[in-house]
Amino acid sequence: MTKEPAIRVRDLVKKFGSFTANDKLTFEVHQGEIFGFLGANGAGKTTAIKILCGLTAPTSGEVYVTGCNVAIQPEKVKKNIGYMSQRFSLYDDMTVAENIWFYAGIYGMDRQQIRGRISQLLSEMGISHIRNTLIRDIPIGWKQKLAFLVAVFHDPPLVFLDEPTAGVDPLARRQFWELIYQYAARGKTVFVTTHYMDEAEYCDRVCILSEGRIAALGTPNELKKLWNARSVEDVFLRIARPNHNKN
Amino acid sequence: MKPFLGFVRKEFYHILRDYRTLLVLFGMPVAQMLIFGFVISTEIRNVNIAVYDQSNDTYTRQITDKLLSSGFFRLHQRIQSPGQIQQAFRSGKVKEVIVYESDFAGKLLRSGLANVQIIADASDANQAHMMVGYTTEIILSCMASWNKNVPSPVNVQIKPRMLYNENLSSAFMFVPGTMAMILMLICTLMTSISIVREKETGSMEVLLASPLRPFQIIGGKVLPYIVLSLINAVSVIFLGVFVFGVPVHGSFFLLFVECLLYISLALSVGIFISTVTSSQQLALFLSMLILMLPTILLSGFIFPVESMPTILQWLCHLMPPKYFITILKNVMLKGTGIDTVWRETIVLLGMTILFMSMSIKRFQIRL
Repeated sequence: MTKEPAIRVRDLVKKFGSFTANDKLTFEVHQGEIFGFLGANGAGKTTAIKILCGLTAPTSGEVYVTGCNVAIQPEKVKKNIGYMSQRFSLYDDMTVAENIWFYAGIYGMDRQQIRGRISQLLSEMGISHIRNTLIRDIPIGWKQKLAFLVAVFHDPPLVFLDEPTAGVDPLARRQFWELIYQYAARGKTVFVTTHYMDEAEYCDRVCILSEGRIAALGTPNELKKLWNARSVEDVFLRIARPNHNKN
Repeated sequence: MKPFLGFVRKEFYHILRDYRTLLVLFGMPVAQMLIFGFVISTEIRNVNIAVYDQSNDTYTRQITDKLLSSGFFRLHQRIQSPGQIQQAFRSGKVKEVIVYESDFAGKLLRSGLANVQIIADASDANQAHMMVGYTTEIILSCMASWNKNVPSPVNVQIKPRMLYNENLSSAFMFVPGTMAMILMLICTLMTSISIVREKETGSMEVLLASPLRPFQIIGGKVLPYIVLSLINAVSVIFLGVFVFGVPVHGSFFLLFVECLLYISLALSVGIFISTVTSSQQLALFLSMLILMLPTILLSGFIFPVESMPTILQWLCHLMPPKYFITILKNVMLKGTGIDTVWRETIVLLGMTILFMSMSIKRFQIRL
């Protein structure tokens, strides 16, 4: 039985004027895997993720997300995905519960469902006591975890995490990744971008972007073998270094 | 529908929990009304004057008494020599000096002609103009009372009537103007800032990645401000009627509909600004720059459009507040109906549609 991949991208090109942000990207993300999307700043990660989420239209190429063509059925795609942005966690001037209610509401969940899941999730995380605390008053590590919970609250089969752990301490990052693992263990697909190379080791497969192109794609072990490197970080540096010399 | 209502609720949380925004939203209209109420004044009251009476007879005393009992003027000093006139003005305490020539009564009785000089401090041209006007009026009325006994050959009596504002109250001018300005400022400023804030914090991306349609996002952002602006419009009218005595002769329903139209226009300008800016500061700056000064100067709020140079008049025709103020004056002061303001209404409607469609277009390009 061949399952429809969670994401299927063919010859994706995105140009801003004469600048090519994404140059002929072709890759697939399987259902249930944690797919790491790496690259230096400006390598085109955020642009690609925006196209996958239907926020931006590609210049050319085919993009299928959860089996739907993003260009044709963007609304259907949006219902099937969760999205956590790199800059934003949650609304500061609203409480934990209010934030969850709001996001669950815009994904069209009904009150009964929301009420049940909020209590369950908060107690699972052991943070029932901050239910009515304003987001601005809780520590950043918790904020990120909450942002993740909010992004997957409507239980989408695929979630996009755009640099979810930026600016978070190592312990909180570890805990954050545990959440990701738990989610993937339920057969969900996680598409994550990151700057932390140790996090890349946690992924099932990684894709390294360089100057808008895919420079490497495979499991962390495959890549290490292929580039004869000790870690994904080494692989990354070897890919990035020639470009440094050129510039 | 439900997601949309959730969005509106979220927007109210933002507004109601930000004390500064609340203060701006509800404090500004009241403060501005009161400030304009007392700053913009076409009336004079208790102006300090000095009198240089070289004749000091019954006639001159009668005129002086009448001036001082009018309530407009207060005697600051009596001047004894011409040199003191300059001094009085320089001290800054005296705004007007009345000079009677010597032998005033004698000349008046002998030849029927005597001179009074009114010297005004015109460093404030408007005030000087008004003071001289009031003084002349009072002196003329004194003369009229003296003439009763002596019938003069020709006698034309002018009885002016100031229609729609019998007492020339300045409130009649600033209430419509302030309303136009406050609604424009609040609606445009607040919507543009609140939309740009979501762009700045990145939450706009999350919203756009959700199943919410762009028009639902914009609608949800705008709806709370429509409600708040209507509350503001009502409170400004309320203040105008009960504090400053401005009447509402026309239909309240028409007034309400026109306010709603103007508010939608202001909101669509706000949305448009938010589509061309990416930071809250820029949005604030643009809103202020585009709206504040033109609304005050080029809308006929304070300075009549008809007396401006042609180029500026053309600019005035581009300013939405101009049309709204005309509508307000017609409906509130003259009590006329839609038959007199349909042209202005159509212009406002057209501008709303224009800005809406430009915003939608920009929004789609960005997506």
